[in-house]
Amino acid sequence: MLPTDFALQVRGVTKSFGANTVLRGIDLDVPRGKVVALIGPSGSGKTTMLRSLNGLEIPDAGSVTVGAGATSGLPALSVDFSTPVSKKARAEQISLLRDRSAMVFQQYNLFPHMTVLQNVIEGPVQVQKRPREEVIAEAEALLARVGLADKRDSYPFELSGGQQQRVGIVRALALKPQLLLFDEPTSSLDPELVDDVLAVIKELAEEGWTMVIVTHELAFARQMADEVVFMDGGVVVERGPASQVLRKPQEERTQAFVRRLLHEL
Amino acid sequence: MDFSLFWSSLGPLLLGAIKGTIPLTLASFALGLMIALVIAVMRISPNKLASAVARVYISVIRGTPLLVQLFVIFYGLPAVGVKIDPWPSAIIAFSLNVGGYAAEIIRAAILSVPRGQWEAGHMIGMSRNQALVRIILPQAARVSVPPLSNTFISLVKDTSLASLILVTEMFRVAQQVAAFSQEFMLLYLEAALIYWVICLILSTAQTSLEKRLDRYVAH
Repeated sequence: MLPTDFALQVRGVTKSFGANTVLRGIDLDVPRGKVVALIGPSGSGKTTMLRSLNGLEIPDAGSVTVGAGATSGLPALSVDFSTPVSKKARAEQISLLRDRSAMVFQQYNLFPHMTVLQNVIEGPVQVQKRPREEVIAEAEALLARVGLADKRDSYPFELSGGQQQRVGIVRALALKPQLLLFDEPTSSLDPELVDDVLAVIKELAEEGWTMVIVTHELAFARQMADEVVFMDGGVVVERGPASQVLRKPQEERTQAFVRRLLHEL
Repeated sequence: MDFSLFWSSLGPLLLGAIKGTIPLTLASFALGLMIALVIAVMRISPNKLASAVARVYISVIRGTPLLVQLFVIFYGLPAVGVKIDPWPSAIIAFSLNVGGYAAEIIRAAILSVPRGQWEAGHMIGMSRNQALVRIILPQAARVSVPPLSNTFISLVKDTSLASLILVTEMFRVAQQVAAFSQEFMLLYLEAALIYWVICLILSTAQTSLEKRLDRYVAH
């Protein structure tokens, strides 16, 4: 039986792209309100795992279960990818799964033809069909929180990378997801812009958002992740509290990875 | 050459442009774009049948001369009992033709929008169609302005072919005045000049449209 306060449970997820097997049976557990950092070398499958949670990749097998919504009252939702279903049924499952989480992309992926405000309200208004006025008020409050109240009518190309990524975060928050997913949220940013974005993410963690973050900012992972999961070659090599995995890694591969990243710093 | 004829024929030629060439171009381009959009979306559809139909359509349109398409519709179809007047025949032929060429332009423009835009659309919960309409097409529109302007400018000139199925557009007026006055060189150069001026105006419009849509592009 699952504990009632779990936010996400992943079991045995596998994924191949053609002959290239990227995920070889991943298990993940994220308790509600906790932050899990996925780290690992490129090609380790961490981004594919994260994208599977939002239906941007469809696993070949395994299951993804999202816990009941704390505020929305939605029941837990489980998608079993090992059981074959029709294309249409799978699309329906993916769509339900997707509704539970929101993703912040490495390349921001803001909509360039929309203003900042339009970017943020597009999902809630067009997809969730919530009242426009209410959504705008919420969006303005969120933008103010990340220091971008005066940019509401700007277009993405008028913003710095750090500002665009903060809009990306607000766009995700406006969807009121149960889970926030971050795919290397700072790796496209100039070094001097990284801190602003990290500060926003840290604040969200303190507020109790459940988050899964793919990152190679080890210092950041150590500061705010409740658990660090080290992946390599499509498997989880090591997992545990951030302090343990990053300071006293048990596995040789983890040690080598952490050592290499620390040398780069 | 009789230059007074240049001025006296300018009125009828411009009238031919205003009542023939321009409305023929506008109507055919508007309809053609609609056809193109449908064909382009079919072409990139995961539905294999839709995609195949679109591919054949584009292939036939691009692989046969416009003049032949025009003649098949106006002179050919009556043989199977379908008789269409000159004007609608011309509009049908031109819009089907534009539809084939512009479909490829729109398809390429859609494919040029980064994959991350589709993903961001899906991430906020959009279906494929919603993402296409709200996220992808507005961005594809900007990319397709230069090549579509080309198609449009070609169409302005191609409408002169409609003179061969008895549509009274500018070139047919020029032919009539030329036959009457025997001043072929003058009248045909005059018609050419008017086509050129129209196209110059369109090129200027294209530049300003591109500038206006510029902010819509990811930089």
